[in-house]
Amino acid sequence: MELLRAKVWRGAEQGAFQSFEVPRQASQTVLDVVTHIQRHLDPSLAYRYACRVGMCGSCAMTVNGVARWTCRTHVDAVAVGGAIEIAPLGHLPVIRDLVTDMSQFFDKWARARGRFSGSRTRHDDFARIAPEEPERRQADAGIECIGCGVCYASCDLVSWNPDYLGPAALNRAWTLNCDARDVDQLERLRAVGGDAGCHACHAQMGCTERCPKKISPTAGIAGLKRALARAALKGAL
Amino acid sequence: MSARRETLLWLAQRASAAVLALCVLVHLATIIIAVQGGLSAAEILQRTRGNVLGLVFYATFVAAAAVHAPIGLRATLGEWLGWRGASRDVALVLFALALAVLGLRAVMGVFGGAA
Amino acid sequence: MRRNDHRARRHPAYGAFLVHRISGILLALFLPLHLWALSQSLQGAAQFDQLLAWTAAPSVKVAEWGIVVLLAAHLTGGLRLLALELLPWRDWQKSLAALAAAIALAFGLAFALAL
Repeated sequence: MELLRAKVWRGAEQGAFQSFEVPRQASQTVLDVVTHIQRHLDPSLAYRYACRVGMCGSCAMTVNGVARWTCRTHVDAVAVGGAIEIAPLGHLPVIRDLVTDMSQFFDKWARARGRFSGSRTRHDDFARIAPEEPERRQADAGIECIGCGVCYASCDLVSWNPDYLGPAALNRAWTLNCDARDVDQLERLRAVGGDAGCHACHAQMGCTERCPKKISPTAGIAGLKRALARAALKGAL
Repeated sequence: MSARRETLLWLAQRASAAVLALCVLVHLATIIIAVQGGLSAAEILQRTRGNVLGLVFYATFVAAAAVHAPIGLRATLGEWLGWRGASRDVALVLFALALAVLGLRAVMGVFGGAA
Repeated sequence: MRRNDHRARRHPAYGAFLVHRISGILLALFLPLHLWALSQSLQGAAQFDQLLAWTAAPSVKVAEWGIVVLLAAHLTGGLRLLALELLPWRDWQKSLAALAAAIALAFGLAFALAL
């Protein structure tokens, strides 16, 4: 039986890689490997998953240095010389082993005012937004984000600027900026235009490269820069 | 007011970049032509001294560079050296002034004087 | 466990960012020297001639070529950024990094041939 050598991070910020030998199976995913280790080799291994079919984003980890969804990563596609390296998702505090604390990721979402603010009540008629309108199309290109954190882990700016809001929060802010029903536009622009905001993006495009939903936060961040420039020139900021 | 300041810096960076792109192309072409001519200092200065168009062009070049370089370094200093805050901005303003002074001295030296 | 693992930085846009930043830093360091050397011309043609004579040395010619390549690389990298920031998103924008590199190299070649 062919064996895969899996190096798995144990500990927290301080720790080490521990090697396990896992039987290889056809169509095996990295999540399968982690699950096998926890169930048959070392029950003390801590990790997260939920749907295991590429919908929830809970299983995001660093595989051979790259942030990915482990349930959607085939071992055959990433194993190098019969070995893989599995570590927790980057740029987040490690709780234990492969489990990270995602609080800062969602706090930044809130700081970027990534929530909808409407003006209508249940007594008003529906807002009418045509789906083929350019603005709505731009919003639609970014709304499938499920907050998995892969983009956040793939952006060097997140590690170079601790306050940087990050690609996911900024992408969400952009989709709301494109939402004609939202009434919080100016405050949101102020929230994302500061020195830890969209201007910190230098188009390394790690986010766009890695997003499992094929969203391009780079495009959204560029849109925010344009919106801020217009607002600044109009004296609105 | 942070968003306003950061956005204006971003705009200044892009605007000065556009000016520099043009100036650099003209400058490189000029230098290549001048060098191929094999001119001496006296010959070059004879053509440039009192040339008002040249003075205005290169003064603009210097001004654009004095805006563009410090703003570019600002991001790098913050991200790679962790240097943020007022001290970084003061240092960069001084750098901008140094570029402007050195540059305008060079421009006056080459293009100054009566036609 | 490392942050910013090099295996996650293999895509072209990352290389383009790095070239843009490093060329910017080197140019920002070179520029004050360039302006100071030019301002020597303020002392008259004789000093300027000394400077011109120095620039004829082969090592200086190679360095000049290097500066031109840095300029071209920084300029094309900046144009990549402007295209990403100002134009609506299109998939071809991901290939801008390669385009920028090609144009920068073309510049370098042209300058080398002109020298």
